[in-house]
Amino acid sequence: MSDRGVKFLLLASVFAVATCGLIYELICGTLASYLLGDSVTQFSTVIGVYLFAMGIGSFLSRYVQGNVLHLFIRLEFLIGLIGGSAAALLFLLFAEVSSFRVLLYGLIVVVGTLVGLEIPLMLRILKGRLEFKDLVSKVFTFDYIGALAASLLFPLLLVPHLGLVRSGFLFGLINAAVGLCAVELLRSELGGVAYLRLSGWSCIALLLAGFAGSTRIMAWSEKSTYVDEVIYAHSSPYQRVVLTRSREDLRLYLNANLQFSSRDEYRYHEALVHAGLARLPRAKRVLILGGGDGLAAREVLRYPQIEHITLVDLDASVTKLFSQQARLAELNAHSLTSPKLEVINADAFIWLRDHREVFDFIVADFPDPSNFSVGKLYTTAFFDLVRAALARDGAFVVQCTSPYVARRSFWCVDETLRAVGFLTQPYHVYVPSFGEWGYILASHRPLSDDWHLPSNLRYLTPQSVRAMFEFPPDMGPVPTEINRLNNQALVRYFEEEWAHYVH
Amino acid sequence: MNRREFIVGTSALGGAALLGACSASSTTMVAGRILGASAAAGHRLRTGNIPPVSEEISCESVILGGGIAGLAAARRLKKHAVSDFLILELEAEVGGNAQSGKNEVSAYPWGAHYLPIPSAESVEVIELLEELGLVIGRNADGAPLYDEYALCSDPMERLFVNGAWQEGLIPRLDVPPEELKQIDAFLARMDFFRSQRGADGRRAFVLPIDRSSQDEKFLSLDRITMSAFLQREGFTAEALRWYVDYCCRDDYGAGIEEISAWAGIHYFAARNARAGNASSHAVLTWPEGNGWLVERLRQPAREQIRTRSLVCRVETSDTGVVVDYLDLVRERTIRVHAKAAICALPRFVAVHLIQGPEAKNVGSRDLVYSPWMVANVTVRDWPRQHDAPLSWDNVFRRSRSLGYVNATHQNLNSHLMDTVLTYYQPLDEAAPPAAREAALARDHASWTKQILQDLALAHPTLAPQVERIDIWLWGHAMIRPVPGFIWGETRRRMQAPLGRLTFAHSDMSGISVFEEAYTRGVNAADVVLAQLRRSGA
Repeated sequence: MSDRGVKFLLLASVFAVATCGLIYELICGTLASYLLGDSVTQFSTVIGVYLFAMGIGSFLSRYVQGNVLHLFIRLEFLIGLIGGSAAALLFLLFAEVSSFRVLLYGLIVVVGTLVGLEIPLMLRILKGRLEFKDLVSKVFTFDYIGALAASLLFPLLLVPHLGLVRSGFLFGLINAAVGLCAVELLRSELGGVAYLRLSGWSCIALLLAGFAGSTRIMAWSEKSTYVDEVIYAHSSPYQRVVLTRSREDLRLYLNANLQFSSRDEYRYHEALVHAGLARLPRAKRVLILGGGDGLAAREVLRYPQIEHITLVDLDASVTKLFSQQARLAELNAHSLTSPKLEVINADAFIWLRDHREVFDFIVADFPDPSNFSVGKLYTTAFFDLVRAALARDGAFVVQCTSPYVARRSFWCVDETLRAVGFLTQPYHVYVPSFGEWGYILASHRPLSDDWHLPSNLRYLTPQSVRAMFEFPPDMGPVPTEINRLNNQALVRYFEEEWAHYVH
Repeated sequence: MNRREFIVGTSALGGAALLGACSASSTTMVAGRILGASAAAGHRLRTGNIPPVSEEISCESVILGGGIAGLAAARRLKKHAVSDFLILELEAEVGGNAQSGKNEVSAYPWGAHYLPIPSAESVEVIELLEELGLVIGRNADGAPLYDEYALCSDPMERLFVNGAWQEGLIPRLDVPPEELKQIDAFLARMDFFRSQRGADGRRAFVLPIDRSSQDEKFLSLDRITMSAFLQREGFTAEALRWYVDYCCRDDYGAGIEEISAWAGIHYFAARNARAGNASSHAVLTWPEGNGWLVERLRQPAREQIRTRSLVCRVETSDTGVVVDYLDLVRERTIRVHAKAAICALPRFVAVHLIQGPEAKNVGSRDLVYSPWMVANVTVRDWPRQHDAPLSWDNVFRRSRSLGYVNATHQNLNSHLMDTVLTYYQPLDEAAPPAAREAALARDHASWTKQILQDLALAHPTLAPQVERIDIWLWGHAMIRPVPGFIWGETRRRMQAPLGRLTFAHSDMSGISVFEEAYTRGVNAADVVLAQLRRSGA
């Protein structure tokens, strides 16, 4: 190839390298704001650290001796591999590491430093082939054009069509390809060509495998299910656990059903816990069934007199995620690692049947009864077991879908609780991400009308707590069947009522 | 059919035709083996290979056969403080058709797997359920409240048709409107029969069967086949005929062409149970099926039960009964002198054992018994489905099998992982003797292949999940109510005791269900109790 052609291709690789470099920066910034929230802070710090790391790379370039071209090619392979898989690594390790920030910024520094080495090395490679003023002008021109291309491609094409993980792998492939092109074009100036070829193709194979496997990493199809970006997805033996993030909002979905939105979950959980527990000044022992996100436990822990919380949740992957992942543990105020709380990963029905402990306050925070499996947890048989586990002066609260959308479902739970001999007090609250939401308090004996609410609540006040027990006519009681194991009336109401509702 | 209640007292000679089946097992792609009644032991009766009597004992009474009728009789005797009796059972376990098995995944039934909640006429069964704690109380109207854990959980039944599941077994999905109308008309007709009373004031169709009205306008239905009845009444829709045929095969092991219209209608019209916490169609079930009931019936009589005991000779008179049985473990023949005895064996076996000329009066060679194949299919990692949830009873419309029952259905766990499916097939393609012979000739691989192919209709990806398939061949699973049997001469003759020998078995009813066997056991015990009192016991 002519020298002119070589020069052109080298400059084209400046363009490609610059694009890749900025893409990695954007991926890290986006991921950080998805996973950690507060996008302004995350983008600022990620960009700052990344640019600073590039400075380190530039500085270090002076120490590079020997065959610069050889080194540049190996650098391309390394950037392709690390930068390309950074997004996948961050997603996969989000739930596994407790200090996600250390991992994130560590990766940014590594990638930034490597990318920072690229342009200085490229300048040295091109040095003999161009005049100095041309060299500087052309290299930086292509560098900045590459940056523009990246900044346009990223939001318009890559994120919407490929997603972060695939985009990462794709640009890793481009980096590796630049390295391989250089090997082929300039092999006369290189030694150890076979070694470089082998490393280059190995990188490409690994990145291609990552690209193909990213369907599994991020469950491609889920992109259409969720409005927001999926930042964590995991199939436990029991359910599909998905976390999504948009701007400041973190959402948990179990089997594609919304469990909470971080923007307003405090309304849901304050209502769930305080409507009952604030009336039980002598309560000491609490049982939470479900609630593996630790948010109900967070509210229970506001009462200093509570001595012990037993939390029974089926799915260890959920309780682990919410106790170990920093951002989520922050959301539940580290309730799951409180010394007062004991996590038991068991089926609530089986656990209740096999244990004879008594509790002052029992919370049932199960998913909605959208299938027969969950429907069992709202039956006379189950409530009978709860009755046996509830202290004489205790209270039991059960979340039970929307009395507005699923009116019969809601009152069916009330009917069922009364059928086993509970006194009930239904109530409801408005949770913007859910709509009008319902709960039922159940007890052996009438509950006191004095609420001793903890301080610093964000929603409930002594006035609003009373108002929750008022039902307007459009959500008022309707006659229903009693939900039993042998009729699962509730699941049938629920299916019918939510089928008509587009949410 | 009523897999639910396949009750033969003991399988005694039942397995004679199944000779060798129990030992036949073969290694195939899927692990498992063929089991069956103790055919080889039964066969010794015919070859006369029985050692001479080497021990003589006496007791107040003896019960031949440890199926539901035998166990019911024992329970009744115990309740009246009579303990000086023996139950002689050929198999290693009592229970007859209600036997069950167990592996590390679940317990499972080998035959009868449920009991419908009883109607008011089933007095003895209601009393049993109260004593076992299955009736936990009564509501304000006096309707029984059943143990919720034993009532079959929802979803109960589903039907696979044209590539999709529908809820319930009555065909609705893809059924033309004209046929739907016929189905509804048929069901309305059955409801009508349920409320009908004869000139004698009794309900037309009742369990136990002998409490039914004797009005000729109903009894005449016993003289035609169910198919002829449907034809006569204009019930010609294909979907309806399939459904009624399915129900008959399910309860009687034979379809509408074989069984009498009276028996066919009885299936739909007999039960009118009332419950405070369940529908009138509710059933009681357990992972091990009616094995749960067997265990509770067995407990009080465990001291009296002698398993692996082959009854080989019965001599009855007006003063007592002499029974010879071969203890298969010790290879000794023991003679029992009793003041009274209950023969809870299937009648086709009993007629060979009873000595004297009167023996032929109590039975007949023309009794028809349906053969069955039951397979327990152990499945690991049940594939998660998003369409129709796994039900208790799962039936395929286009299949000669009756589908499968999920043994772990009553488990409280909210997530199913591993399970055992009990797969039922009445062998009614040919006349019973030919069907028995054909069944015996097949090896494990052949059954397995057929079962997996059938399951693949609805579950194309299930096969790799199947860990093992165990198969039980029932040569004489249940009496078949062919036209003329239930209200004919043969069955009438089968009722009368022979001297001090009283009979109790569901084949005397013409339908093989728990209620019949249990009630007959209780009634026979009452006869024996009266005899013992008269003897001054």
